[in-house]
Amino acid sequence: MISNDEAKKHLIKALKEGVRLDERKVDEFRELKIEYGVSSTAEGSALVTCGDTQILAGVKIELGTPYPDTPDEGGLMVGMELAPIAHEDLESGPPGINAIEISRVIDRGIRESESFDKKKLCVKAGEQVWTVIVDLLPLNHDGNLIDIGGLAALAAIKNAVFPSIKDGVADYKNKTKDKVELEKLPIPVTVIKIGDSFLVDPTYAEEEMLDARLTVTTMDDGRLCAMQKGGDVPLTAEDVEKMVSLAVERGKEIRKLLG
Amino acid sequence: MSYERPDGRKHEDLRPITAKAGVIKNATGSGYFKIGNTAAYAGVYGPQEMHPKFLQNPKGGVLRCTYNLLPFAGMGDRVRPGPSRRSKEISLVTEKSLLPVVDLSEYPNAVVDVFIELTETDAGSRCAGICAAAIALADAGIVMKDMVAAVSCGKVAGNVVVDLDYKEEAYEGEVADIPIAMVPSTGEITLLQMDGPVSEEELKQALEMVKPAIQQIVDAQNKAIRDSFGGVKK
Repeated sequence: MISNDEAKKHLIKALKEGVRLDERKVDEFRELKIEYGVSSTAEGSALVTCGDTQILAGVKIELGTPYPDTPDEGGLMVGMELAPIAHEDLESGPPGINAIEISRVIDRGIRESESFDKKKLCVKAGEQVWTVIVDLLPLNHDGNLIDIGGLAALAAIKNAVFPSIKDGVADYKNKTKDKVELEKLPIPVTVIKIGDSFLVDPTYAEEEMLDARLTVTTMDDGRLCAMQKGGDVPLTAEDVEKMVSLAVERGKEIRKLLG
Repeated sequence: MSYERPDGRKHEDLRPITAKAGVIKNATGSGYFKIGNTAAYAGVYGPQEMHPKFLQNPKGGVLRCTYNLLPFAGMGDRVRPGPSRRSKEISLVTEKSLLPVVDLSEYPNAVVDVFIELTETDAGSRCAGICAAAIALADAGIVMKDMVAAVSCGKVAGNVVVDLDYKEEAYEGEVADIPIAMVPSTGEITLLQMDGPVSEEELKQALEMVKPAIQQIVDAQNKAIRDSFGGVKK
């Protein structure tokens, strides 16, 4: 077996010539496909495929009591479980640090874009509000879980309808036609740095060799609403500029897929 | 016999089935099984060395099944993620229902992991999980004596029926639900549970009625496996 260091040297050399392990260009995404309504028990769902990565997203919309400091606002939660069905390196058990970081980065992107009006999730101020909960499960993990998970979460929310209310509780059997209105589509795009090269949509193998990564979540008007740097190597300001502009560009294209 | 099922099926009818093999690329083998609105993915990893070591069996490999209901897969509120008493029991009976057909004697100290994820459920989820798992094991090339198929049968409004959905399970009067897994070639039963009252005669009737249903499921499972190897030429 080739050691990771050897493989990385090889990869850096190839990347200098603009060649990736799967022959993509450095700024090229794998083919993205979105399938809506894949789970009848969820209020909304989607299955997003990007190359060999496949992520299932399901939305439940629950009734609950609001926080005392925001009595007329509902809530949103996004969570990803990294279950061992998706890759041999994953283990059973409570969410590890990777799953938590991915969940929080996706969650923050949607939250900070203020893409939906939390006041519209209010049923009765101080008493009852809706909480939108998105659960993400990678079925097959070949890298880039943040971007693909973020897209899957948005697709599932777009697909979601509210349950009706009967005697003060949610009646899941009788769904309404009311959609969760997404005013903006905050698209996370992760750019990774390996050696001197910048790549989008990394595979599992590429992620294992990254020096640094930057996830940039962009909104419809081209502005940014959330960022997260990862990896062990620092970035220069020029690096960040390059990575952000790549993320903005790819984000625009991905947004179109959500129609 | 005037009982009409909520979805208009005949008493011996299954809901529509979709079965696929090779749906998870990273897994050694995988399967998808959907019956009505109950759907399960199964991914097999292994045989590989068993960790922790004290669980190793020097006489042969260990089959380990994990059943998990996704948070959005229940009909009511969101299901809290993570194992529950229910999911642990189902994992156990799933293991027992598959074990009689798999031969892991060639793999001492190894484990074959089967991860089952339910994406939507309308009753019969353990049976759908077993069906998906059997496809995944076959797809993984694990030595198997035969397929295993599972379906529930039971009694609703005094009538013996096959493949109850949630509406039937929630029927106001007496309901019995009997999930069964069977080895088709021998008729051996590898999963048998029941909740609800039945007479001996009714149980006999149910066990009879389930056989053709099992065969129908096995046909779908086998077709899924054949289709996934469709591109391979000898």
